[in-house]
Amino acid sequence: MSQAYSAGLAVTDSIVLKKERILPLKGKVLVNKGDKVKSDDLVAETSLPGNILPMNVANKLGITPAQVNQFIKIKAGEQIKKGQIIAEDNGFLGLGFFKSSIKSPIEGEVESVSTLTGQVMLREPRIPVQIKAFIDGIVVEVKPEEGVVIENKSAYIQGIFGICGETNGLIKILVKDPSETLKPELITAECKDKLIVGGSLTPIESILKAKEMGVRGIITGGIDDQDIKKLLGYDIGVAITGHENLGITVLVTEGFGPIKMAEKTFNLLKSFEGKQASMHGKTQIRAGVIRPEVIIPLDFEQKDLAYQKPKLPILEPGQLVRIIRQPGFGEIGKITALPEALKNVESETNVRILEAEVNGQKLVIPRANVELIEQ
Amino acid sequence: MSKDRLTRIIATDCGSTTTKAILIEYVDGEYRQTVRGEAPTTVEAPLNDVTRGVVNSVQELEELARLKYNNPNIKFLSDDGEREIVIPRDGDLGVDAYVSTSSAGGGLQMMVTGVVANMTGESAERAALGAGAIVMDVIASNDKRLNHEKIERIRELRPDMILMAGGVDGGTTKHVVEMAELIGAADPKPRLGSSYKLPIIFAGNNKATDEIKNTLEKKVDLIIADNLRPTLDKENLGPARDKIHDIFMEHVMQQAPGYNKLMEWTRAYLDGKISQIPIMPTPAAVGNIMQTIAKMEEIEVVGVDIGGATTDVFSVFTEDYVFNRTVSANLGMSYSISNVLASAGLPNILRWVPFDIDESELRNMIKNKMIRPTTIPALLEELVLEQAIAKEALRLAFIQHKEFAVSLKGVQQNRDIASAFDQQTSGGSIVNMMTLNLIVGSGGVLSHAPRRQQTVMMLIDAYLPEGVTRLAVDSIFMMPHLGVLAEINPEAATEVFNKDCMIVLGTCVAPVGRIKPDAIALSAEIELPDGNVFKEDIPFGEIRLIPCPLNTKAKAKLKPGKGLDVGAGKNQEFITELSGGVVGIVLDTRGRQPFVLPTDKQTRIKNLKKWMKELNAYPEKILN
Repeated sequence: MSQAYSAGLAVTDSIVLKKERILPLKGKVLVNKGDKVKSDDLVAETSLPGNILPMNVANKLGITPAQVNQFIKIKAGEQIKKGQIIAEDNGFLGLGFFKSSIKSPIEGEVESVSTLTGQVMLREPRIPVQIKAFIDGIVVEVKPEEGVVIENKSAYIQGIFGICGETNGLIKILVKDPSETLKPELITAECKDKLIVGGSLTPIESILKAKEMGVRGIITGGIDDQDIKKLLGYDIGVAITGHENLGITVLVTEGFGPIKMAEKTFNLLKSFEGKQASMHGKTQIRAGVIRPEVIIPLDFEQKDLAYQKPKLPILEPGQLVRIIRQPGFGEIGKITALPEALKNVESETNVRILEAEVNGQKLVIPRANVELIEQ
Repeated sequence: MSKDRLTRIIATDCGSTTTKAILIEYVDGEYRQTVRGEAPTTVEAPLNDVTRGVVNSVQELEELARLKYNNPNIKFLSDDGEREIVIPRDGDLGVDAYVSTSSAGGGLQMMVTGVVANMTGESAERAALGAGAIVMDVIASNDKRLNHEKIERIRELRPDMILMAGGVDGGTTKHVVEMAELIGAADPKPRLGSSYKLPIIFAGNNKATDEIKNTLEKKVDLIIADNLRPTLDKENLGPARDKIHDIFMEHVMQQAPGYNKLMEWTRAYLDGKISQIPIMPTPAAVGNIMQTIAKMEEIEVVGVDIGGATTDVFSVFTEDYVFNRTVSANLGMSYSISNVLASAGLPNILRWVPFDIDESELRNMIKNKMIRPTTIPALLEELVLEQAIAKEALRLAFIQHKEFAVSLKGVQQNRDIASAFDQQTSGGSIVNMMTLNLIVGSGGVLSHAPRRQQTVMMLIDAYLPEGVTRLAVDSIFMMPHLGVLAEINPEAATEVFNKDCMIVLGTCVAPVGRIKPDAIALSAEIELPDGNVFKEDIPFGEIRLIPCPLNTKAKAKLKPGKGLDVGAGKNQEFITELSGGVVGIVLDTRGRQPFVLPTDKQTRIKNLKKWMKELNAYPEKILN
């Protein structure tokens, strides 16, 4: 077989990008098709149903559920105020003295009244949810009541792992070389509100210093597993992240441990130093994979937006690959051959391999252990 | 075209990491599995279409079949436009059937409810698990959460469907209706897509059906099934499981990327026409095969399928062939590998590693596997580490299984004087390691281990079988494929299962109990099929591997050490036959109940190396 499919992370200086910005529930779209939006602009809003408070009225009044209708003072669908009586009995001997009443502990709406279980459901007022554009661009599609699709032309970097949600800011490079560790002393007051770029590793001291200095995001080659644990207060069991609330977003381009940031990624970020970018740390490495992203909007005309469907990444001789597991984790090689036959590697595992030239040496690497570098 | 049998069949399993395809052919009067191919599963961006991974894996099959038969004309896929599998077969072109299982896209995720957590709640959980689902939560009237907490939980979970149980037929309806009210108030949304109503299956007290309809029918897609616990002492899980499968096909699969196309692809040329064949959830297909083995051979079986994200354990115990399945949703070898570390703890993983390793390096290696789940260990040290992690994942998943595979709770038992002293109560685990006959391992780390001895070692260390237990492995992870194939062609499925799928590794003999180190734990006299006799008084704390070929049996006289039991009772000699296999007979005198590894690191590493050398588990260079 002379070619094979291989998953890889996108790192490119120009891509037409589409971003869906969809509400969790149906709501209202605030922009129109063709509108130019900035990353902080609101594009859609809705309100989530409020919390539910169940109360067993029958138990509280000491009556049977079937008797609830006789004593209930409210109806399903009605608005209620805090302290409003929702059920009341007839008092001592039914004479109206010493009445027992149940008052609503919340303001909201009556969801339901059950005469089978004696249960009344009260619902708190709705909770507003707003969605921002996240990237500068043009609204190319409005999904009525659901959200929008925003398109732009961007420089684009997909990370391998991240934590915390969406943010934006100006890019600032803090290291000279992609193999350098981002030391705390490099992070100064000038980094406030910026997205800072480190090299092979950003240790916890640097993350904490960045937070203190008001940095919005960190882009780093590697991060230590224990540092993430210390930062979050727990160990990440499965890679579903993005919901953390640390006040600073971290995006890792290569992986865990000190790993030199890919030259291409580093140089790309460097060429956009001082430019505005959006980023997020959302990662989900299961169903419907989500990778963290850095998006740097470029100037564009409407005609530039010819969106191309992503191509299937295919391994072929001559292409560049990055090794993503030991030995040689992080090294770049050029494919020289894709032999068909399975081959035994050091672990005695019989696998499909490729041959590549890495730093002048010819290596045999399992195909599963490389990532294609788009050129 | 008229055909009296299927001559070429493709089966795929679309897993969360890879899509595995096998080719089954009718050659020289028998069904055999001939070639296999695999490719990364493509349910994620940029492809978002499961069929791309299927095409890639089938393309590999095609290429390997051409090589095997030295025939460049063999083709399974059409050339024009969107490539798809050609059915029926016409000479070198196409196949007669294409079937598939799937666990991609997170599999089938369910929430279940019951009235009493360890009665109807547990029965509902058993029904959902048996149907191949991952159970996200069991909510019961008596689960100690306050009602508003339950509502919040129901709201935040976005299951594919909900199974509601509760109450025996004709019993009180109040609690089950109350649960329906909570669900109605929470107004849960399905995980995939908001364009359809969430399916809810009610399989509880039949007297409550009307009230349940009144409460829920307008809000959700309500489906009524027979009560899964019609009386306290009876479970009737079949109807609810069937409904789960129907909904899985109708709703859940329709929403996953590319599955509507895949569902059109899975079809077979049967009785002169092409029929659609439903896609099965992978675990349901594996369960099918496990039960078939137990019933065919009249034995007790434990099966495990350790995947990237989850570990499924299946068991068939007791003379009634009681089937249980559990899913440990966050114990797996890639996506969930980091959670194995978090659940087991680093010391428990390191106790299986016969060399020193920097802890932070190991932690980072595990996290890197989590974020790049499709990579494989190229270095020997990394293989040893992955297998150490696998032992812990298997062990933890089995603990969960034993806690779940219990007799029905809440059943009144008549006790006489004799049984009053018997500690067994209703609700005790039915997993009995001493009566267990066979352990079948499956899943990448077990099926693809470079040496079969490694699989034997992982199974023994993780499960600690007692007495005499046969060990087998699914050769190339074919059980799901055969489970679904059995639905349309049991003959082909059984034949391939026996000839190509299950590889008997051998037999483990392990005396139970602990005695002083150096005391004799087992006196074994084993007459091998070639006439040689193995005879040794084996001290405590040892392993012996005696080669005994596949499909042969050895006659054994096994005398346990004082106070130990090897299957015939404490101190009793056990005369039996031991099955050979590709690895052979393993005599394990390291102790059971308890099994303890030395705490001192140097002694532990010395012992591990000794056992691994005896088993020939790894190349010498790593054990010196």
